[in-house]
Amino acid sequence: MNTPLDSCVLNALRATFRSGVTFPEQFRMTQLQNLLYLVEENEQLIQDALHKDLHKPKFESVLSEIQITLNDLYFAMENLRTWMQPEYNIGKNLATRMDDCFIRREPLGVVLIIGAWNYPLHLILLPLVAAIAAGNCAILKPSEICQATEQLLAELIPKYLSQDCYAVLCGGAEDTKSLLKNKFDHIFYTGSQVVARSILLAAAPHLTPVTLELGGKSPCFIYGHIDIQKAAKRLCWSKFFNTGQSCVAPDYVLCTAQTRDALLPALRETLRTFYGPDPGASLDMGRIVTPHHWRRLMDMLEKSKGKVVIGGESREEDRYIAPTVLVDVQESDALMQEEIFGPILPILTIESLEEGIDYINRQEKPLALYVFSDETSVVTTVLNNTSSGGFCGNDGIVHMALPGLPFGGVGASGMGSYHGRWGFETFSHRRGCMNRSWLLERVNVLRYPPYSDYNLGWLRWATTFKKNSWGGCSVM
Amino acid sequence: MEKQAVQRAREAFLAGRSRPLEFRVQQLKSLQRMITDRQGEIATALKQDINRSQYDTPLFELIGLENEISLAVSKLAQWAAPRPVERNLLTISDQAYIQPEPLGVVLIIGAWNYPWALTLQPLVGAIAAGNAAVVKPSELSEYSASLLKALLPRYLDQELYPVVCGGVSETQELLRQRFDHVFYTGNSTVGKLVMEAAARHLTPVTLELGGKSPCYIDKDVDLRVACRRITWGKFVNCGQTCIAPDYILCEPSIQNRVVEGIRQTLLEFYGPDPKSSPDYGRIINQRHFNRLMTLLEGYTATVGGQSDSSQRYIAPTVVKDVPPQARLMQEEIFGPLLPIVTVSDIDDAIHFINEREKPLALYVFSSNKKVIKRMLAETTSGGVTVNDVIMHYTLNSLPFGGVGQSGTGRYHGKHTFDQFSHHRACLVKSLGLEEVHMVRYPPQNHQKVRRVRLAMRTPLVDFSKGTYIWAVTASIVALGLLVALTVILILAAGVSCTCL
Repeated sequence: MNTPLDSCVLNALRATFRSGVTFPEQFRMTQLQNLLYLVEENEQLIQDALHKDLHKPKFESVLSEIQITLNDLYFAMENLRTWMQPEYNIGKNLATRMDDCFIRREPLGVVLIIGAWNYPLHLILLPLVAAIAAGNCAILKPSEICQATEQLLAELIPKYLSQDCYAVLCGGAEDTKSLLKNKFDHIFYTGSQVVARSILLAAAPHLTPVTLELGGKSPCFIYGHIDIQKAAKRLCWSKFFNTGQSCVAPDYVLCTAQTRDALLPALRETLRTFYGPDPGASLDMGRIVTPHHWRRLMDMLEKSKGKVVIGGESREEDRYIAPTVLVDVQESDALMQEEIFGPILPILTIESLEEGIDYINRQEKPLALYVFSDETSVVTTVLNNTSSGGFCGNDGIVHMALPGLPFGGVGASGMGSYHGRWGFETFSHRRGCMNRSWLLERVNVLRYPPYSDYNLGWLRWATTFKKNSWGGCSVM
Repeated sequence: MEKQAVQRAREAFLAGRSRPLEFRVQQLKSLQRMITDRQGEIATALKQDINRSQYDTPLFELIGLENEISLAVSKLAQWAAPRPVERNLLTISDQAYIQPEPLGVVLIIGAWNYPWALTLQPLVGAIAAGNAAVVKPSELSEYSASLLKALLPRYLDQELYPVVCGGVSETQELLRQRFDHVFYTGNSTVGKLVMEAAARHLTPVTLELGGKSPCYIDKDVDLRVACRRITWGKFVNCGQTCIAPDYILCEPSIQNRVVEGIRQTLLEFYGPDPKSSPDYGRIINQRHFNRLMTLLEGYTATVGGQSDSSQRYIAPTVVKDVPPQARLMQEEIFGPLLPIVTVSDIDDAIHFINEREKPLALYVFSSNKKVIKRMLAETTSGGVTVNDVIMHYTLNSLPFGGVGQSGTGRYHGKHTFDQFSHHRACLVKSLGLEEVHMVRYPPQNHQKVRRVRLAMRTPLVDFSKGTYIWAVTASIVALGLLVALTVILILAAGVSCTCL
């Protein structure tokens, strides 16, 4: 892939966009329908590709890649007409009472969607659903780390979707850099903070708006009165799903020594129920994506001063790391310096909720924050005294499966959001429109020079916000 | 100095002072008092900065600001409350909502053309959303900047909302600090630098920039009223308005009447000598004055054209038959020069507009609904006013912002609050209904897969056509059966009806 080719593709897409073909509802619906067929008709191929790239168990492929994409597509198709309608329910003041005021949602143009390797299908298709629904053309740049999925997307997308409007460009870091030299109308990136910075710097000269879905260390409180067995189940599920390689996986646990002592046997039992005595032999346990990441995780584990109490086994040949839990981990530990993104769970002991909250607030704002507790006061205290992209009480990850909730970060964990209507808004421009009536020119006269106190008085009265203004009544 | 101000603001924010709703309301009411009490001083400062007439100040700066404050005070509780969202089967018994939260310490960089409105309106939203804010007024409107620096600490919390004054180097120093959001109003050259500086800290930005806002006048229109409205919007603040109609597009057949309409209106507004009218402004500084005079070089004004460098006065000027490649058409004018470019028809006009960068505002004057519809559907812009200019800015329920080169993000009214908030997705579950959740745990099998797919579905009710037809058919059949049953029962009860 080289720059002239990118520019060719980009120019072609821009020309298509200018022709207005992506604007009508029917066109968008057809493309969304075709994307639906793409996923439905190729489920087996998708599962195979994901298994090849990530050793992803079939269940996880269905739940977290296929079904989540299908759901978002159903949701978009059912709501597209509503989303596209101009918004008329706008409060007006007396001076604009006779006018037509509304907000139009308009497509931005040609957008760039850069995918990630941990959920290579949905992290690129969900933004695409939003981009199509909003009437844009799009260039997809799947992660080159998941080669089987990348090839599959490069082959299937042109087969099902309009080749004039949507293109897949493959390549590595250098190719992405040169792609970013071009001007886009929006860039949607999922990945790491380091790369995010360079994307923002590339977007600045073009004044291109950017959505960044990054990550961070998502803390998990287990505090107060709680059914430890159930909490352990949900914690294990959300932590070891996709072998811990989820941007919203609970990164580490904060609990008291007492809770920890009750938690450990519960975790052991849950892991045995989930994966059997040898997780390495279980069909439901995944693998680390590349040797590089396996090495990174093993390094962290080796450097850690915490005590391994569960797991710790690993195998380099197939990039396997057992579900591992460590205790006695301090703030300065190797495991606490960067996002883990693997099946390693450090437990930090705290004496009080405040201590835990202070700790969290000393770090960067995370993408997700979890609290397991039966006590409402605990949940409320944490919610009110911390910030995070999203929050889930008494479970992990699942808040991102609800299309009504925006999915996105804050601070170092990202900017912007998507899923459901939020994706549609991300890829649209909200154009404020006022259609003034020709009548009431006598009122307009109040604003023209030569100015006078008298006119100003009336105009002020007509345009001042009235606290208890009632809807339809107009004095004029 | 800049670093310290930011540091203190952050410490004050972390202490939690800016969060309670009562505090936010109290600060907003205090800001309101500042504007009411100090109106005279503000008007004087603006007169010194830009020769703003005493009426333009309340009209263009203060009324809007007061409305924003009143709205925020009145609606704050509603805006800051959790916003519930639709759930699916798996979450049916849970709380799912979006909680708006403060971002932290934000930076607001104001502009010089409406120094009070453009600096304080974002501040209203920042305060309402519970943030701390560092305010950097434009140094070009120096009297207003000094006045703001003197006044704000007397009315608002000094640590949470510091005012930092200065020029380019002070601004650059500020931009080196880390903020949770940067709100910039100004031109796109500096906008790019702001975005670049923010990129290093992964800070989101709102950029309210500008561009050349086109104004299309259709043949089919009341030219008298149209010209009056356009003249008003163009020459207020001496053309130094980001949403002023930058240039006119019209067919050659009406060009002369447009010029006459504007000429007549100018007489009504400012008299035969605008220089002596108290209602006509001046150019902000020598540099911009020179810039504008250069734009005019080589063209003969059809209306106006006079200037006086000592006063930085440029007469309201109209230039006919301007070619698209003229300098007047290459950059945002931001002054009292109004070029008219002729186009052959609406297709030509739409093509002309779309060939250029997306503008901040677009204006179309027409009595023909089809023309208006086409303009709206086939172009894009930050905002639109049809059959008038500027007015979409005045309704704070409409989002105000640019697109493409004219900016990113939006504000006014609730939109400012939302822009300065983080919308945190919250799902609060209980540990109950564990049986439902069992389907997602390993070890896995086909049945579990099927059940989990069902449980994830939203919306809860199936609105597809098939189900609808089924439901209607079933209802009719059921109704029919009910009627049949009733008849049978009546017959079986014996023929006691006298109609037989």
